[in-house]
Amino acid sequence: MSDQFLFAAEVTLNGLMSGVLYALVALGFVLIYKASGIFNYAQGVMALFAAMTLVGIMDGQVPFSHLINAIFGTEIHHFGWHLPGLLAILLTMVVMAGLAWCVQQFVMRHLIGQAPIILFMATIGLAYLLEGVADLMWGSEIRKLDVGLPQGINETIDSVTYGMFGYGFFIDNLDIVATVIAALLVIALVIFSQYTKQGRAMRAVADDHQAALSVGISLNFIWVMVWSVAGFVALVAGIMWGTKSGVQFSLSLIALKALPVLMLGGFTSIPGAIVGGLIIGVGEKLFDFMFGPMLGGATENWFAYVLALLFLVFRPQGLFGDRIIERV
Amino acid sequence: MLDQAEGFVTADGRKIGGVVMEMKNITLRFGGVVAIKDISFDIREGEIRAIIGPNGAGKSSMLNVISGFYTPSEGEVWFRGKKRPPMRPYEVARQGIARTFQNIALFDGMSVLDNVMTGRLTQMKAGLFSQALWKGRAEKEEIANREMVERVIDFLEIQHIRKTPVSRLPYGLKKRVELARALAAQPKLLLLDEPMAGMNVEEKEDMCRFILDVNDEFGTTIALIEHDMGVVMDLSDRVVVMDYGKKIGDGPPDEVRSNPDVIDAYLGVAHD
Repeated sequence: MSDQFLFAAEVTLNGLMSGVLYALVALGFVLIYKASGIFNYAQGVMALFAAMTLVGIMDGQVPFSHLINAIFGTEIHHFGWHLPGLLAILLTMVVMAGLAWCVQQFVMRHLIGQAPIILFMATIGLAYLLEGVADLMWGSEIRKLDVGLPQGINETIDSVTYGMFGYGFFIDNLDIVATVIAALLVIALVIFSQYTKQGRAMRAVADDHQAALSVGISLNFIWVMVWSVAGFVALVAGIMWGTKSGVQFSLSLIALKALPVLMLGGFTSIPGAIVGGLIIGVGEKLFDFMFGPMLGGATENWFAYVLALLFLVFRPQGLFGDRIIERV
Repeated sequence: MLDQAEGFVTADGRKIGGVVMEMKNITLRFGGVVAIKDISFDIREGEIRAIIGPNGAGKSSMLNVISGFYTPSEGEVWFRGKKRPPMRPYEVARQGIARTFQNIALFDGMSVLDNVMTGRLTQMKAGLFSQALWKGRAEKEEIANREMVERVIDFLEIQHIRKTPVSRLPYGLKKRVELARALAAQPKLLLLDEPMAGMNVEEKEDMCRFILDVNDEFGTTIALIEHDMGVVMDLSDRVVVMDYGKKIGDGPPDEVRSNPDVIDAYLGVAHD
């Protein structure tokens, strides 16, 4: 086999892996959009917030330490402990659930029945507020996140492929772990929404508020639950991206990469988010590999958006979205 | 006859029990508009109770007060011997009051079966993990729930569409699915908001038969709102008549039919 082909295959595999990460972020959007019709612009910042909280808790950092020190003239920064990754993840989940409750209680509850654009704007506000709170709580320096996930080249794949083709594939262990975790997460979400009472209630609320109330479903409870689940998905995405490229504020920008994924997959489809993520991941890597040199490189920055534009023109509901039919 | 606390026996031999729900001096205001003016009535166990009246009489408002969608401005709601504090609609539903809507409110993204299953949500107590793993309590519950749901589906003759997404169904069947969902909750009180609205004669007859059969088979107490006076008279044991937010009649159909105020409200008063 030609080197060119093997190289393309390796690029494709790597594209699939990074597509999984896009899909993880997109998943958070889909969950909230399906259940409440809100396009949650803050999803990316939630991932950032979750990752920062996780690092902060692991390092035993005192939240709001700058603020506390400035007011009381104290000099505290750390509790002086280091928590194991798993415990810190559990604690962060509690924080994300608390955040979900606050969002519902102080923002969304008061906006029930408003136009989608108003809800959308509320989430933009939420995004900036949350970014500010994250900064105030944990500081703004770039942090390393290590919860014990394996990183670096996978030697087995490298040697096996080298034995077969005379060319070793470079696949990052972290990407493999991310793929496995994403797959488990999706399976868990599907079981949750299809086979549990809470999942059924969630789908019911997504369909019709009045009817949901009439069968004994508390809308408030369901929305807090949905925001919590989205917070959990944001945490998983935050862990993956944070481990890969450090916890920093640019992490919130991955939300922008999720937009083309959603346009491809449709805003209401969980499988759509996955497939859309993979297509974007593979597409941008392959495109850059094949045409990048001709176009001066860095095509990864814009390829996804151009693809999304094409989709908007020819199939606005995305691959898996609800068909838009207007009866006249 | 109606004063007996223990209930009474109807002409066709059905036993009507004690009071399930009592509305005491209910007044409902929206700003300056008075939708309901000082109305009292009761609903007894096992009966079919109708609330009728011309357009804008406040029937739907009354139903919304019973189901907790509106909180009355004045007056008390007594349910099963207890005064009910102001409640949210989902809390009322959990107490055992199920309802249907005038403009059908179904879960369009779900199949008929799933829609009816949501009626059982209040009956499910198993924990999240137990449900996800399909073990222990969840398994038993799910089986019991499915049995009830299948019984309702069978009873309302919608087996042939159980896997169909409800958005594809014709109007009459949608109404029936909505009834099935409410019935699946095994409600202590079933509220029907204009169950016959927008139906053709045949569908109306079907719906009539189902309402009577539900009452007979499951012993369900039913309160319904209807516009069509003829249908109501055949169907119900007792009738409340409303006009401009006031109660102008209350009693068995025959008595109400001959009430001059009711005739006036429906046919208009002859001014001479």
